Amino acid sequence: MIPIIGLAAGVLLGLFLDPTVPLWLQPYLPIAVVAALDAVFGGFRARLDGIFDAKVFVISFVSNVVVAGLIVFLGDQLGVGAQLSTAVVVVLGIRIFGNAAAIRRHVFRA
Amino acid sequence: MTEDEPTGRAGSPESDDIAVPQPVGPARQDDGPADAEPAAEPEADVGPEADVEQEVDAEPEAVAEPETSDPLEVPAVAETDAEPEKDAEPGTSDPPEAPAVAETDAEPEKDAVTPKVTVRARRRRDPLAAALIGVLTLLLGFAFAVQVRNVGNDQALSGAREEDLVRILDDLNAREERLREQIGDQRTALGQLTSSDSQSAAALEEARKRAEAIGILNGTVAAEGTGLTMTVRDPEGGVRVADVLDAIQELRGAGAETMQIDGVRVGVSTAVTGTPGHLMIDGHPITTPYEFLVIGSPQNMETAMNIPGGVVPRFTSRGATVDIKQADKVVVDALRPLDTPQYASPDTGN
Repeated sequence: MIPIIGLAAGVLLGLFLDPTVPLWLQPYLPIAVVAALDAVFGGFRARLDGIFDAKVFVISFVSNVVVAGLIVFLGDQLGVGAQLSTAVVVVLGIRIFGNAAAIRRHVFRA
Repeated sequence: MTEDEPTGRAGSPESDDIAVPQPVGPARQDDGPADAEPAAEPEADVGPEADVEQEVDAEPEAVAEPETSDPLEVPAVAETDAEPEKDAEPGTSDPPEAPAVAETDAEPEKDAVTPKVTVRARRRRDPLAAALIGVLTLLLGFAFAVQVRNVGNDQALSGAREEDLVRILDDLNAREERLREQIGDQRTALGQLTSSDSQSAAALEEARKRAEAIGILNGTVAAEGTGLTMTVRDPEGGVRVADVLDAIQELRGAGAETMQIDGVRVGVSTAVTGTPGHLMIDGHPITTPYEFLVIGSPQNMETAMNIPGGVVPRFTSRGATVDIKQADKVVVDALRPLDTPQYASPDTGN
């Protein structure tokens, strides 16, 4: 319940405050969002599986975001930021798909 | 990492969560009866947790799990296949719960009751974790909304395909061309208006000048300028009409632009009438001394007046005396009524 409330409140806050993203954050924010989404999907799946652990979730959330941001940062330094961003998004997207499939099996039994 | 949670079931051996439960797995595999204990343990765990979702999930999952073909579960299911109840439990809660137990306890061999309590306590009484989860999800929602809004605002074009971009560019170019044409048209119109304005202003100025010139010639406008004053004293009344007329003609011939005689303006249609001693100009009687106020070149006119056999000698021969003074400023302020032509009308130029 807390995550859903948090998500909804965050979305509303973002929509109402409508802040401008600082320039240095602009390459990392979408990646961070995707990484965090992956963590959330994983957490949701774990909860459905009954193995949800707050510690694991928090750590995975933070480390996901940090690692994704680091990869993109590294890519920017190496001059392949766009490609690495794509790579990160692809990998995270595959994981999200996998988690979504597991969640789907739980919810729809199919 | 999230990877740990999903892959915990997928059975990646290197993950932390799985590393501990693995002993449980083999233990189960070794002997069937021993499996009953770990199987029962999760069952008890799930029940008291009063988690409706999980309870509801538990039974169908048992059916669903074999389909997922998880490597870890297949053996477990195969072994405990004899009892349906036990089959359901390992399928559903065995892999999930086992890691949890392992995490909290660190000793899988411990009594079944202790880990259960620990797990429950950890799940229910951790406001810090709940707060952290809330904050993190709040951040995620916030960042998500901000990013979506940001993309919607700024980078709508960056995601567009090349053909779309080309089309948009074409549209913009066409629009720019149209706008440029409009600008050109407006500029031309502005130039025309300005030039016609200045033209009409110049024409107006020209017309005013011509009106002034004609007015001066006609005597309808007062005038001033260099010229001379000529005073003719005629005590004997010997000056004739022809003499005055000659004087006027001679002054005009010498470049006189306009003049007045005894307060009567001389125009193009001025007539000199009367008899010597009772001269009239345009019907107005003039008396001696006759005062000519003439605007023109003073030297030229004075020279013309003094020509032998000219105006001054003629006046003198009639017994009159003539006094000519050149002046820098002569004011001719007598006015004539404008002659409105009765029959003539301006030629339209056709």
